[in-house]
Amino acid sequence: MKKILILFAHPALEKSRVNRILIKELQKTERVTFHDLYESYPNFEIDVKYEQKLLLANDIVVFMHPMFWYSTPAILKEWQDLVLEHRWAYGREGDKLKGKYFVNFVSTGGKKDAYQSGGFNQHTIRQFLLPIEQTAKLCKMYFLPPFTISGTHSIEKAEVEKHKERIHKLIHYLQNDSLDIEETKELDTLNELFEKLVKE
Amino acid sequence: MHEGGFFFQAFVYLAAAVISVPIAKRFGLGSVLGYLIAGIIIGPFGLHLIGEEGQDVMHFAEFGVVMMLFLIGLELQPSLLWKMRAPILGLGGLQVLATTLIIFAISIFLGFQWQTSLVLGMILSLSSTAIVLQTLNEKGWMKTEGGQNSFSVLLFQDIAVIPMLAVFPLLAIEEFVSKSANAADHAEHSTLISSLPVWGQTLAVIIVIVLIVLAGRYLLSYVFRFIASTKLREIFTATALLLVIGIAILMTQIGLSPALGTFIAGVVLAGNEYRHELEGDIEPFKGLLLGLFFISVGASIDFQLIGSEPALIFSLVSVLILIKLLVLFALGKIFKMGIQNNLLFTFALAQGGEFGFVLFSFSLQNSVLSTEIANPLIAAVAVSMALTPLLILLNEKLLMSRFDKKSEERGSDEINEQNPVIIAGFGKFGSIVGRFLRANNVETTVLEVDPNKIEVLRKLGLKVFYGDASRPDLLHSAGAENAGLLIIAIDDETKILEMIESSKKHYPHLTILVKAINRRNAYDVIDLGVQHVYLEPLDSALNFGAEALKILGHRSYKAFRAVKKFRKHEVESVTNLANVRRDSGNYIKSARQMISDLENMMLEEFGKNEDDRDLGWDTESLREEFSKIKF
Repeated sequence: MKKILILFAHPALEKSRVNRILIKELQKTERVTFHDLYESYPNFEIDVKYEQKLLLANDIVVFMHPMFWYSTPAILKEWQDLVLEHRWAYGREGDKLKGKYFVNFVSTGGKKDAYQSGGFNQHTIRQFLLPIEQTAKLCKMYFLPPFTISGTHSIEKAEVEKHKERIHKLIHYLQNDSLDIEETKELDTLNELFEKLVKE
Repeated sequence: MHEGGFFFQAFVYLAAAVISVPIAKRFGLGSVLGYLIAGIIIGPFGLHLIGEEGQDVMHFAEFGVVMMLFLIGLELQPSLLWKMRAPILGLGGLQVLATTLIIFAISIFLGFQWQTSLVLGMILSLSSTAIVLQTLNEKGWMKTEGGQNSFSVLLFQDIAVIPMLAVFPLLAIEEFVSKSANAADHAEHSTLISSLPVWGQTLAVIIVIVLIVLAGRYLLSYVFRFIASTKLREIFTATALLLVIGIAILMTQIGLSPALGTFIAGVVLAGNEYRHELEGDIEPFKGLLLGLFFISVGASIDFQLIGSEPALIFSLVSVLILIKLLVLFALGKIFKMGIQNNLLFTFALAQGGEFGFVLFSFSLQNSVLSTEIANPLIAAVAVSMALTPLLILLNEKLLMSRFDKKSEERGSDEINEQNPVIIAGFGKFGSIVGRFLRANNVETTVLEVDPNKIEVLRKLGLKVFYGDASRPDLLHSAGAENAGLLIIAIDDETKILEMIESSKKHYPHLTILVKAINRRNAYDVIDLGVQHVYLEPLDSALNFGAEALKILGHRSYKAFRAVKKFRKHEVESVTNLANVRRDSGNYIKSARQMISDLENMMLEEFGKNEDDRDLGWDTESLREEFSKIKF
């Protein structure tokens, strides 16, 4: 059974309608370390050693966050800048993260249709996450396509609950290695796996 | 002295000083010249306000020299003194030796007996510690190479006086004996230990000095701490005076010069945590006594003698100064001093000294000299001393300015503290600041008034000194000239303001960072023009409040931002209110205004009024817009 580290970033969770529901049970899930970055580091004073220890203790790293200006909230950038040290995470001698899986759980205000060529935002969500994808690869991790929660500006509660369920399922698959990584490689989002399952 | 009475005399001396010294200063002549002129004016050949008793006053005032050497000792760490052994022994030794020999040769040539010639050489080789050091200090030249070397020579001369006193009685000349028979009666140089054999005397001297060193090292700290803990300022001053006077008496009893003894005591106490306070306490006494001393030197110049034999006195003075100039300049060359430092050194020391007066009367008593020989020379020495400030001034204005200053900037051994930051007050607040700065490699000099605290902190290896930093002299001792930042972290509102005023007045270059006790205190501090004011309880109270919010279930990042906003408003309001209060004097009304502002701010902050808060993260308007758009 693999262990999962969820790095959660939302600067104003008290205003959140979606993420607040999504994260509800994550803290209590077996073999999941739910780490709320804004809660832990309100002044951005990231404890690098502690973060690295968490990374070493887990097999799968998740960035869970709302999409802010086609990217992550600020603290996740700070986290990358400080925690992913040369000779530790990358570089010739940096192999501490080698072989781990990396995935984003990302919520977007715009609907899925808005994130495509010719759509409102012109690019897919995965394309917007390109810097993170390359960061993961540089750190010798397997990058998985993001799991997305789209259209949160007009989302219904029932749908949020459905996403929550799927997140737990996804976590279960990841923990038990029951995803075909090769199969996911070319996908835009991991959501497509579920859609396939539903169809089947 | 005609009218009699201590008060009249004190009035005359003080008035002379108060009138002439500021005038002399104003014309750039320095305080020493001011005192000397004051002495001449009130002396027997001026207004005749003081007469023969000027001599007694001079003996009393010589104690100022003793105190000055104590203070100089206080600023000299033993290690620094040890480093100066080469200039003290080499430069000082050669100066005394060469000058003595040259004057000896000239006197022989003039037909004096060899004993007389030798005594004249020795007496005239001395320079005036009081005048030179006072003038150099005033000009701020003590720390230059020239100043340090001058000091080394003067120190050697003070030591050399001891063997001179021992040798003079052996040089007595028969024909003078009858003339000075009366004087000789009480001339015996009697001390507590003079009945001992020579080796016994030497041993006694060594034992006393060792005792002084040991007491200074291990005992005096406890005494000072005990005295300081009584919090009676004047008792501390009394203790300091008692110490200096006690050592002076002890030294006289074993036949050493009191100046030398107190100098040693000063050096021993140089590392003591009460050093700055001692300096501050002794300094005014030293200043007044030295002033008195200079006045009495001025008053003692025998103008009648000068008037009757002007050519003789003039040539004596010129020859004396000339010989000294040549010897000193040559020594400066040999010791490879830069031209500017050498000039300073040369012109500073080219005079006779106050020890000369002592030695003249001592040799009269011991029948080494006759009054016919001594009197013109005493006058010449006095005149040469009076001319010293003028010579130094002349050198500064005419000679030194010709040489490029930059070539001389050599970092010689500095005496004062050199830390960039002075922290006044090492209580619960200041100590954290100090430790924080130290952790970031910023060295600090700390001034604190609680003796118990000092003891602990010194044990931890911190540079903590005892003293109330509102006093400019203490700031000076703590190295305010060289520091860049003064951190005021004391808990006394009035003292904070005094400290700011004093620092701004005496050390305008210092940046001041003040911890204000409360809002009113902060307004006062701002009114004094301080840029960096920190309201003590603000941050800790806000962090405390943030903790409370978190316990109540608020997100920590939200609490963090709330603290930031609240703090910003608070700081702005303190500044604004200080301005308003100063401009209008209308304090009460605007305070009320501010409180209502604060209330509004708090309401906004905590949910009554949502619309100016972190809109970037607020999606309500977006949701509304999106609900109308069809993709």
